[in-house]
Amino acid sequence: MSQATMTQDTTPAPAPRTNTLAGKSLPRWSPIGFAAVSIALAVGLGTVAGWQSKMQWGLLAALFFVVLTYTAASAVEGKRQAKDRVATSVMWVCFILAVVPLASLLWTTVGRGIKVLDGYFLTHSMAGVPGFEAGGGVYHALIGTVEQVGLATLFAAPIGLLTAVYLVEYGRGTLAKAVTFFVDVMTGIPSIVAGLFLLSIMLMFKLQPSGFMGALALAILMVPVVVRSTEEMLKLVPNELREASLALGVPKWRTILKVVLPTAIGGITTGVMLAIARIAGETAPIMLLVFGTQLINSNPFDGAQSSLPFYIWEQYRVGSDASYDRAWAAALVLIAFVMILNLVARGIARWKAPKTGR
Amino acid sequence: MTTTVIPPDSPPSPPPPPATEAKSATRPGDKIFRGLSRGSGILLLVVMASIAAFLTFRAVIAISGNEGNFLTTFEWNPAGKPPVFGIAVLLYGTVISSIIAMVIAVPIAVGIALFISHYAPRKLAAPLAYVVDLLAAVPSIIYGIWGALFLVPYLDGLNSWLDTYFGWTVIFAKTEIGAARNLFTVGILLAIMILPIITSVSREVFLQVPKMNEEAALALGATRWEVIRMSVLPFGRSGVISASMLGLGRALGETMAVATVLSPSFLLSGHLLDAGGGTFAQNIAAKFDEANEYGRDALIASGLVLFILTLLVNGAARLIIARRKEYSGANA
Repeated sequence: MSQATMTQDTTPAPAPRTNTLAGKSLPRWSPIGFAAVSIALAVGLGTVAGWQSKMQWGLLAALFFVVLTYTAASAVEGKRQAKDRVATSVMWVCFILAVVPLASLLWTTVGRGIKVLDGYFLTHSMAGVPGFEAGGGVYHALIGTVEQVGLATLFAAPIGLLTAVYLVEYGRGTLAKAVTFFVDVMTGIPSIVAGLFLLSIMLMFKLQPSGFMGALALAILMVPVVVRSTEEMLKLVPNELREASLALGVPKWRTILKVVLPTAIGGITTGVMLAIARIAGETAPIMLLVFGTQLINSNPFDGAQSSLPFYIWEQYRVGSDASYDRAWAAALVLIAFVMILNLVARGIARWKAPKTGR
Repeated sequence: MTTTVIPPDSPPSPPPPPATEAKSATRPGDKIFRGLSRGSGILLLVVMASIAAFLTFRAVIAISGNEGNFLTTFEWNPAGKPPVFGIAVLLYGTVISSIIAMVIAVPIAVGIALFISHYAPRKLAAPLAYVVDLLAAVPSIIYGIWGALFLVPYLDGLNSWLDTYFGWTVIFAKTEIGAARNLFTVGILLAIMILPIITSVSREVFLQVPKMNEEAALALGATRWEVIRMSVLPFGRSGVISASMLGLGRALGETMAVATVLSPSFLLSGHLLDAGGGTFAQNIAAKFDEANEYGRDALIASGLVLFILTLLVNGAARLIIARRKEYSGANA
């Protein structure tokens, strides 16, 4: 090949050369064309056969698309290219398969939740409202969620941060290894097990259910997430900054507090916010430890409280149309809270990211 | 840096004495801060240990009062006289629903990860990855009511179709009429829920495949699919395995989604499409309200089994993943 290019570099070769080197290939619009044809075929067949489910139409269209692509490509381009094209379309299908449930879930939640969601719903509790009738609201649950999540953050954020500092700045040897390993394992603890742990403490010391106990369980779930994200962020802080500070005679603890943490503060905030978003949706520990109530209880240290996810579960269990509506509306509030937290957190991460090579 | 006591005879040269003086003057601030951060690390270990200890303690109380066999009894009646309960059905349901979830989720998650790392247009890759991560942000109770009120009616058609054409496989034979509140539906829902974690960990692994390997394959004339077959998948295999196990850990312990969708029973059935069965977490959620103190101990005993199960799965995943330190997926 190199020989050919070397000998023919003066002649007007480009046009014939591209023809000989590149094999025959399908035109660039072919995937779109195949897609249009297969969708048309599927819709046609679907209506003729009278299938109700749109899912079957979609599956049929996907099948047609793969078969069409494979036959056309293997006829024109050869077996290997045909396989490549099929693999490409399978990847696309996988991705669409993941997006469909997400879209459907968001669509359903917004569509059904918007019905009862208004100012009244947000500012009233369920006191005196029979579960199967319309009316009532989530105010008591909102208070519960805010207090429990706030308390949990109060415990988990400092502990998680300090642990991450230990792992990155001080940790050597077996203790650090053990902590790293168990932090990883802790991320996998099911929320209900964390709830059972505090329940067994409650049984042991004859404690009453309260928002505080729920907050402790949430903190257990939150700490490992905070540790991991903070750790990653601290590792991104350039060593030169630490060295410069230490060389000026600044004590190590001040170096960490004044140089290392401020540099990574954006990422740390993101991590904490993502962790909050995660625990705000936990139901199981609340069910075991906070019990739930219809009334407004703004004292997390005494008596049962409610929380948004628990409220959804409660209303779902009532099983009437009115309670389903309330469940969806509460779900919409919860999902909006979590999504906004997510978006803001990732925004901060982008905006404040330490500059790295990648 | 951490040396506080220096043997006097080890440094032969004269300079050390002033140096050690300057060093040994550890500032109280340093000591306190170091102690605090070390202490919170140790606190985490203590919490893990006490979770195991407390659960075991209550479980021993429960099991010692149990008149049935804890492992083989097909019944959950700790309030009865004599109290009888066993985890056979729960263990079966937990494992089966998780297996269904894995069978569905792993191939799709690997596909999505490959799509994002190798197929998607460069500019779209990051937003698409974010969309998949959003799936992980949805609280499980919302998956639960979506599953129960939207997915279950939707899957009736699929169930009867499976029954008609695959009924001969026994597992897909539907022997009773009813809504699709069965282990199969639970498996599908769990698959959706564990997709994001498997995807994000696999994606990180696929992005770490040495560029040289891929470029070498491309230079030899391989198509994109062949590049993936020859260089990406072999490199990422251990990563995908541990990602799947992380997903499995999530699926095993999922509570609310299962509790809302499944209509439970204490029957061990091989027919996946028949309503019934149960999982550890679902059983705890369902039985907790009516349980007295002994009943709660019994539930804690079943929770201990779940704890050990997830501990083993997660620990194994972490050990596999630890070989490559760079990615952990804990942030996913």
